[in-house]
Amino acid sequence: MQKMMTLISNVLRGSVSRNAASVVVSSRSYADFTPEATFDIKKVDLHRLEEGPPLTSTLTREDGLKYYRTMQTIRRMELKADQLYKQKIIRGFCHLYDGQEACAVGIEGGITLSDHLITAYRAHGYTLTRGGTVREIMAELTGRREGIAKGKGGSMHMYTKNFYGGNGIVGAQVPLGAGVALACKYLGTDQLCVSLYGDGAANQGQIFETYNMASLWKLPIIFICENNQYGMGTSVERASASTEYYKRGDFIPGLRVDGMDVLCVREATKFAADHCRSGKGPILMELQTYRYHGHSMSDPGVSYRTREEIQEVRSKSDPISMLKDRMLSNNMASVEELKEIDIEVRKEIEDAAQFATTDPEPPLDDLCSHIYANEKSFEVRGATPWTKLTSHS
Amino acid sequence: MASLRSFLRSGKNAVSVVLRREFSETSPAAVQVNVRDALNQAMDEELERDERVFLLGEEVAQYDGAYKVSRGLWKKYGDKRIIDTPITEMGFAGIAVGAAFAGLRPICEFMTWNFSMQAIDQVINSAAKTYYMSAGFQTVPIVFRGPNGSSAGVAAQHSQCFAAWYGHCPGLKVVSPWNSEDARGLLKAAIRDDNPVVFLENEMMYGVPFELSEEMMHKDFVIPIGKAKVERQGTHITLVSHSRCVGFCLDAAAVLAKEGVECEVVNLRTIRPLDVDTIEASVMKTGNLVTVEGGWPQYGVGAEICARIMEGPAFNYLDAPAVRVTGVDIPMPYAKILEDHSVPQIKDIIFSVKKVLNM
Repeated sequence: MQKMMTLISNVLRGSVSRNAASVVVSSRSYADFTPEATFDIKKVDLHRLEEGPPLTSTLTREDGLKYYRTMQTIRRMELKADQLYKQKIIRGFCHLYDGQEACAVGIEGGITLSDHLITAYRAHGYTLTRGGTVREIMAELTGRREGIAKGKGGSMHMYTKNFYGGNGIVGAQVPLGAGVALACKYLGTDQLCVSLYGDGAANQGQIFETYNMASLWKLPIIFICENNQYGMGTSVERASASTEYYKRGDFIPGLRVDGMDVLCVREATKFAADHCRSGKGPILMELQTYRYHGHSMSDPGVSYRTREEIQEVRSKSDPISMLKDRMLSNNMASVEELKEIDIEVRKEIEDAAQFATTDPEPPLDDLCSHIYANEKSFEVRGATPWTKLTSHS
Repeated sequence: MASLRSFLRSGKNAVSVVLRREFSETSPAAVQVNVRDALNQAMDEELERDERVFLLGEEVAQYDGAYKVSRGLWKKYGDKRIIDTPITEMGFAGIAVGAAFAGLRPICEFMTWNFSMQAIDQVINSAAKTYYMSAGFQTVPIVFRGPNGSSAGVAAQHSQCFAAWYGHCPGLKVVSPWNSEDARGLLKAAIRDDNPVVFLENEMMYGVPFELSEEMMHKDFVIPIGKAKVERQGTHITLVSHSRCVGFCLDAAAVLAKEGVECEVVNLRTIRPLDVDTIEASVMKTGNLVTVEGGWPQYGVGAEICARIMEGPAFNYLDAPAVRVTGVDIPMPYAKILEDHSVPQIKDIIFSVKKVLNM
């Protein structure tokens, strides 16, 4: 356990000079704020790459506020989901993303909405960054008709344009993502697919099958391993003979990135996206990150790790605090302004939760719908031979 | 022609095209086409018709297909549309499904359906269930195809029938052609269908020729998925079957006809959705039912048909209990004499008919 704590601390603490930045004072400034600043970011470990992403990242005030708001929204949304789950208003599986916000937000900062993305079941944050609203996400968690999947999917099966879920079977999403990338190449678009998986999934055979085909066919795919140190209750050293996940792609170039720093993630993603778009084929990123909650709501998350460890990460490496400190110490925003955003976010979440608990459940008519696409209505057998239900497309 | 095309595209179900001859009165030119070539031509035409269609699988390109079903396609369409994969079913089936998510129309070949077990999670959890889980947001227009069921001397691991396994799952369409007309019309329908289709071929049928009419040779000839066909009219007993066993039923019917027993032979064509209406209508006419399949008896296709007949109006018309003729409930042995006795033979069908009719 001590070894684990040291490992994690070393990984996440990063360089001391992280918050130092060279300040660019523009001749035109709005109010008193610095419009943009350049920050030193942690060096990335490279595998089969001569050079990596830049060691600095320039953040505009606008982007900073956007990232702050989005990360805060994910954070509060997940905490609200925790609350609703404990009240038994959300049921079944609920895998929360708090602590990992910098990954979802940083990745989106490095690609565009016309690119594609697929992930596993810890998907609420991505559903948001890919265009879903808090309202429809929460209503899906509570299983209501206005949920993003009309209540038919639940926590693990949310979809939006160019976002293919939300997938419940560990590892299955990775070849799916390569298929999306194949379509991008086939159709001659400049788009790529980001295919995410965790440290637990990283040992799945189908992922290695996918590495092989993606490389053979030079598919425009960014493999991203979100290494949050634990696959359910199994720490990385207990699951993997090699914990250097960024090297596991073997012949695929890899990067190991500080996943708690949204700017690190963004720069690495941009770098990876350039690699793909220039036709070089796949690339692999390992994001070192951490989840505050247990694996899911049925896991308190402290039987296989200590509360001290969780606290340490929270106090030293929280992605939202890190961004906030950066922006405040470089005069890119004011304390009041950020508090304002916090209040707005809280309100948005409250309203969404209110909606999600009052929106009616799906109509029973919907039970058998969406079996087949573009099909005229047909009869579906119910629980008894006399129960004849109807399926609509 | 344009209006015909738009009619076909707008129809919710694929409809069989009836062409009216415009010229002389001579009989339509029929051709002999074996099942392999029927499948090949169907794929060729659909690849030509829609740029989003492509084929992937082991040996489908440069080898011309392990069973030569995709012969000539790679030469014609090239690497982009006919893709040889490494021997990694789970991976390439997942890739095929992902491609379908993103707007392409893949045909994913399993060299035999036995190997689909490596990839069955992608077929069921990623393909079949996605339209439902996404409440209609995400379609999966994919065809999985390959030879299914017993072959000759390939032993237990290469001889399993998967009709019951895949037929069990909502969200999938499962199709099992018998002859060349079925193969051609159902494969075209499957490729044009916006849903995941499991297409169960039969290796022993690949080389068997059947006559295809000019109408059937038309580029837009499709057979509706979900509709069974009465291959032979009869009055005394209904034989329901799919795939290769349909031929055995017709052979048995010919023998029985000499003894004055007229069998009605129903070719299921589709396993899911099952055309219960056609089966019921037939049973209500004949009063007797025998199902015939190559797969194992327990929890099989025949079991489902019998259960449905029990639960529906046709039960009251039965003069005797419905029975099943199936493969023997064992892993497939190798030695020829053993293998021959592991699958339903024509004499088993005749025997069962006579038992049911109390002859």
